[in-house]
Amino acid sequence: MPFYRSHILVCADPECLAKGAHDVVDALQDELVAQGLLDEIQVLETSRIGSCSDGPEMMVYPEGVHYVGMTADDVPFLVEEHFLKGRIVEKFREVHKAIVDEELGPLRPKEVRVVLRNCGEIDPMNIEDYLAVDGYQALGKVIGEMTPGQVIDEVTKSGLRGRGGAGFPAGRKWGLTRQVPGDIKYMVCNADEGDPGAFMNRRVLEGDPHSVIEGMIIGAYAVGASYGYIYCRAEYPLAVETLIVAIAQAREFGFLGNNILGTDFNFDLEVRVGAGAFVCGEETALMASIMGQRGEPRPRPPFPSVKGVWGKPSNNNNVETYANVPQIILKGADWYASMGTERSKGTKTFAVGGNVAKPGLIEVPMGITLREIIFDVAGGIKDGRTYKAVQTGGPMGGCLTEEHLDLPLDYEALTQAGSMMGSGGLVVMDDTSCMVDIARFFMDFTQAESCGKCTPCRVGTRRILELLQKICDGKGEHGDIEKLEELCHEVAKNSLCGLGQGAPNPVLSTLKHFRHEYEAHVYEKKCPAKVCRNLIHFEIQSPTCTGCMVCARNCPVEAISGERRQAHTIDINKCIRCGICMQVCNFNAVSVLS
Amino acid sequence: MPAIKSLEELKRVREEALAKKQMKATPGHIQVIVAMGTCGIAAGARDTMKSILNFIEAEKLSGVTVTQTGCMGMCEQEPIVQVIVGDSAKVTYGKVNPEVASQIMKQHVQLGMPLKDHVLPI
Repeated sequence: MPFYRSHILVCADPECLAKGAHDVVDALQDELVAQGLLDEIQVLETSRIGSCSDGPEMMVYPEGVHYVGMTADDVPFLVEEHFLKGRIVEKFREVHKAIVDEELGPLRPKEVRVVLRNCGEIDPMNIEDYLAVDGYQALGKVIGEMTPGQVIDEVTKSGLRGRGGAGFPAGRKWGLTRQVPGDIKYMVCNADEGDPGAFMNRRVLEGDPHSVIEGMIIGAYAVGASYGYIYCRAEYPLAVETLIVAIAQAREFGFLGNNILGTDFNFDLEVRVGAGAFVCGEETALMASIMGQRGEPRPRPPFPSVKGVWGKPSNNNNVETYANVPQIILKGADWYASMGTERSKGTKTFAVGGNVAKPGLIEVPMGITLREIIFDVAGGIKDGRTYKAVQTGGPMGGCLTEEHLDLPLDYEALTQAGSMMGSGGLVVMDDTSCMVDIARFFMDFTQAESCGKCTPCRVGTRRILELLQKICDGKGEHGDIEKLEELCHEVAKNSLCGLGQGAPNPVLSTLKHFRHEYEAHVYEKKCPAKVCRNLIHFEIQSPTCTGCMVCARNCPVEAISGERRQAHTIDINKCIRCGICMQVCNFNAVSVLS
Repeated sequence: MPAIKSLEELKRVREEALAKKQMKATPGHIQVIVAMGTCGIAAGARDTMKSILNFIEAEKLSGVTVTQTGCMGMCEQEPIVQVIVGDSAKVTYGKVNPEVASQIMKQHVQLGMPLKDHVLPI
């Protein structure tokens, strides 16, 4: 293989080609042959370098010089100057632009990564990567320098609250489990993450599994547990695989098993895989599932701390709660408590979805406002539309509106406003979302996931869903809205577990803030956001329509007719209101009306 | 690897792991990291990874390690590939299909000049 002392990369992007890039390449080859340099200098065609508008352009290595605006005529001069005399030709040189796209700005302002500190930075399948970033040093500190009581005190002092949604103080839960007499106790990790659109736990399990394992081992030391279960939903096969590998590696290094770090502390872990039931995210149903029973919740007391898996004291915490523990031990409770509000300490991960410019996973300190999350961290509403509402807490949470945008992120503040923190799902809605339809969507989910054990939830959620469907279909009658409200209150009050208790929340909160939309559906048979199919119709605006026939060709039920270059019409009796005509029209001639 | 049985051993293992990690970031050595979380895989990261490994084999490159990592939270930009040349700053690329991956390998890894397109500002 010839050893080239220099490479010339000529941009062959269509724009540069149009400006004569191939002529430049040919001229280069000819000139290099003429000068006897073909064995030393390689000419390559490459993709877009960046300044095609000034093209043709090329990069010369190893100097990394960027030349633009050259023609075939300039080539002999360039070859002589640059390759024979070794002088860079300044007049063709492009001033180097910054690589950072200034339009995007820093990707995530205001983010603070505690739980997510290692995700995307380490190889999750290699425990040594985790060790290199102080992995398992917290465990060393705990076993070497602290008593179980001191560990519990530290976690309590930090103010860490359960990140699964309920927000129960983690330290206090550990303390309660420790107090219960017994030789056999269990640590349980809730990795079921069933909320639609929530994937915070998935990211941690796939990207930094050891942070969770280390947190569990520390917890086991504190409460006196000797075995643990990570209950991971089956819909996360990669997370399950990553956990299994990580547990095996941790065992190999002696962090799990007998005589951990040379002491008489024993602890081991296994992964239990779920089977698609949302209700198994509820801790008593989860524990039933671990024991091979049908995933159904049971009344409490007795709480799992007293009587959980196999009837033994069991401490259950969410993935994120455990993932915080090593950092709290290493950096101290005061450090953790310095972030957040008075009652909600630390950081929280959120999966921001919906109509925002930069959806994705973020981690922010508690106390940040919803406005900052939506408009600063997530880039605001996309396509220039207007903000309407945000759903927090998943299918058990409520909708918050414009008036709540300056609410600080805090467990109590969100509950008082009619929603909840939940596990961290945040769905942002703009003016194209119908709030009745949103409530129906969430109820559809929770109704399907109801385990059926208690009547209020089993029958109640179904009746609520039927009423919502009826209203969305344009068949709502006088009295339906009042009936809906009453039903929601009864189901919330009388259901056995959080699923039934929380299922009516989206309905109640949308009724509270957007009652006019419900009333429009029932009394005027209109959908203000133009979403509910039975209440909308599509119309082609004659002056704008050019008669290109694209909509007619794409209509799945052939409801559009019209001659070429004549305005088209939609037969509303055939139209199924799928909206395809509006999507394919290049002239914005199709409108949706209600 | 025999189990760690004391705090001194734990500290030593950490030093060794840190040293190994720093060794990868020395001049003459290039790290290519592919995000292989579920979002990445759904976007085609396995094909991207294959393209990178095939390139290395075909060009018989040495001094290049290819590793994987988890989700970075910018799931819309997947597949994501990061390149660290020696001890210089990490460059992160988004929407890296197998074709873009080959370009990155050719231009950035082989010839030392980062691409201007596809770069994510983090």
